[in-house]
Amino acid sequence: MSTSEVPTRGPARPGPYIISGILLTVGIVVPLLVPLYARKEPELFGMPFFYWYQMLWVFIETFLLWITYTIVTREDRRRRNMVRTQAASTTQAFEETTEDEK
Amino acid sequence: MSAGIISSVPAATAGVHPINGVALAVVIVIFGAVAVLGFLAVRWRVKPAERGLKSLDDWGLGSRGFGSWITCLLLGGDIYTAYTFIAVPAAMWGAGAVTGFFAVPYTIVLYPIVFLLIARLWSVSHRHGFVTPADFVRGRYGSKSLSTAVAVTGIVATMPYIALQLVGIKAVLSVLGLGSGNNVFMQDLPLIIAFVVLAAYTYTAGLRAAAMTAIVKDLLIYIVIIVAIIWLPLQFGGWSGIFDAAQTKMASTSPVTGKPVGSVIPGAASFSAYWTLALGSAMALFMYPHTITGVLATKSRNTIRRNAVALPIYSLMLGLLALLGYVAIKAGTSPVGLDGKINPQLVIPQLFMDHFPAWFAGIALSAIAVGALVPAAIMSIAASNMFTRNIYRDLFKPDATPQQEAKVSKITSLVVKFGALIFVLVMDQSAAINMQLLGGIWILQTFPSIVAGLYTRWFHRRALLLGWAVGITYGTLAAYNVVNPATQAHFGGSIATIPFTNIPIYIAITAFVINAVVSVVFTLIFRALKVKDGRDITTASDYGADEHDPKVAKFDEKVTPLEPGPAFPVV
Repeated sequence: MSTSEVPTRGPARPGPYIISGILLTVGIVVPLLVPLYARKEPELFGMPFFYWYQMLWVFIETFLLWITYTIVTREDRRRRNMVRTQAASTTQAFEETTEDEK
Repeated sequence: MSAGIISSVPAATAGVHPINGVALAVVIVIFGAVAVLGFLAVRWRVKPAERGLKSLDDWGLGSRGFGSWITCLLLGGDIYTAYTFIAVPAAMWGAGAVTGFFAVPYTIVLYPIVFLLIARLWSVSHRHGFVTPADFVRGRYGSKSLSTAVAVTGIVATMPYIALQLVGIKAVLSVLGLGSGNNVFMQDLPLIIAFVVLAAYTYTAGLRAAAMTAIVKDLLIYIVIIVAIIWLPLQFGGWSGIFDAAQTKMASTSPVTGKPVGSVIPGAASFSAYWTLALGSAMALFMYPHTITGVLATKSRNTIRRNAVALPIYSLMLGLLALLGYVAIKAGTSPVGLDGKINPQLVIPQLFMDHFPAWFAGIALSAIAVGALVPAAIMSIAASNMFTRNIYRDLFKPDATPQQEAKVSKITSLVVKFGALIFVLVMDQSAAINMQLLGGIWILQTFPSIVAGLYTRWFHRRALLLGWAVGITYGTLAAYNVVNPATQAHFGGSIATIPFTNIPIYIAITAFVINAVVSVVFTLIFRALKVKDGRDITTASDYGADEHDPKVAKFDEKVTPLEPGPAFPVV
């Protein structure tokens, strides 16, 4: 491994990634299950189910992604801090590099 | 506009499309304001060192500094184009849900896909200074032929997309009554003027201009759609009556095919077409160079993820807009072009013109026109970045300086735009639509190279190239064999049955599966035969890098004065 392989993040914990993976899979698969919603009833303001259900998914998707975003960024921050603190305790050099960047 | 155009309107068509002075004036004023903003963008958030936008990063990626808000507007302007605003309701008006409303699930499942994939592409591109997806493929697989294949696919797929934005502007102009002269030149003059202005400010300010004008575009579109979606249904007695009218039209028998015109709620036979169209389009969208350009212009790794949370809101707007296609059925809108023929693409502009007061019709029409300028600018920038990086630099001038790259890219952006203009002026509109349809099939064939590469280096570069070639060939042939029942013309649609079955699905998906299978099988074969593989300049940590992590070029200087490549032994 050359000097260039400076780890940017610490090792991952599987938990947060499994949960986000499930949420994202739901977000991709469920809106595509056409037989679930290809019908007229129940109508909403005169609009068939087929139409308002799919537009409702805009909000469901936003909610799913928001949860996923929160989980993933928290884990991401933890992994980054891990590298930062490690680097600070072992060598001063890496810290200086990141400081230069700012 | 000049008096010449007005006086040359033949009496017959003048009855259909009289020039509406108020609406026209509003359109001209808004267009002028947008043009001024576009030029002013050259000084927008430009640090003294970046004056004149002399590198590809500065001109073509807005100095890679866009935060969440601007990115949201930029990508919103990029994904939801004027053509979408015109074509989706037109499809709903013409044939109902299957070919039109799939755009809603498409732009919903798009965002989990983006969330999953694109942050890694951002990180590795940030680290290595990649400007295009083909740059990444080159760095990952060390294969010029593969990166050229990705670049050429990207450019070829983007060109008709730009042309379609022009088709959008043209629809607005013809509803305004412009562009109807007998003189060929005068006929297209308004379109040419609009395009010259666009070309000039894109040349000057690059992606900054696109971002700046995107703000106006979004504002206008939102106002128009909110008003339209509240005002128009009230005028026609609510949604119930509108859906009944749509149902009546869709259930009637088409004189050409002898089958029903379409369907308001898809029947079981078209379920697979519906979801494969949505999924295939969603997978393809972020393979297009213009969307990736929008992503790489962001400031940090998570900007795009934050955007993925917010952008679905635009899909709600798209869904409501699609329903205006049904409103037009109820309203009895007659989308007759200046040549006297029915042109479904005029449905939405004509609906606005008929049922809004002139001044608001002007705002609505300029929203569509400005909505065409924003993506056209981003697309031409993205296509020229690709040409510059992956064809000019990789194949002809490996030692090109950043200044030279920026210069080539600026000039290419002009060439690309005028190419699209000529495409629309000289060729039939349906040619642009066919090409766009093919473009969607083609661009999905770069998915294995780009996306698999973000996660694994398992695939062999030659296998990916082979898979790409087979996918493109199958997709093109399958699309050619779809015959339009009305006109008997080839490239009549993007749905075909899966070979050896009778399940109709989106051709791009079939081609993609074939492509992926070929890539896997030949990777195994090439690995078994020990065919030489390319060199990977990326490392595992690159894929998680963020804003403040050093760029390769930066810490490379401390290690060795050589270019990034040699300093990186393959892991």
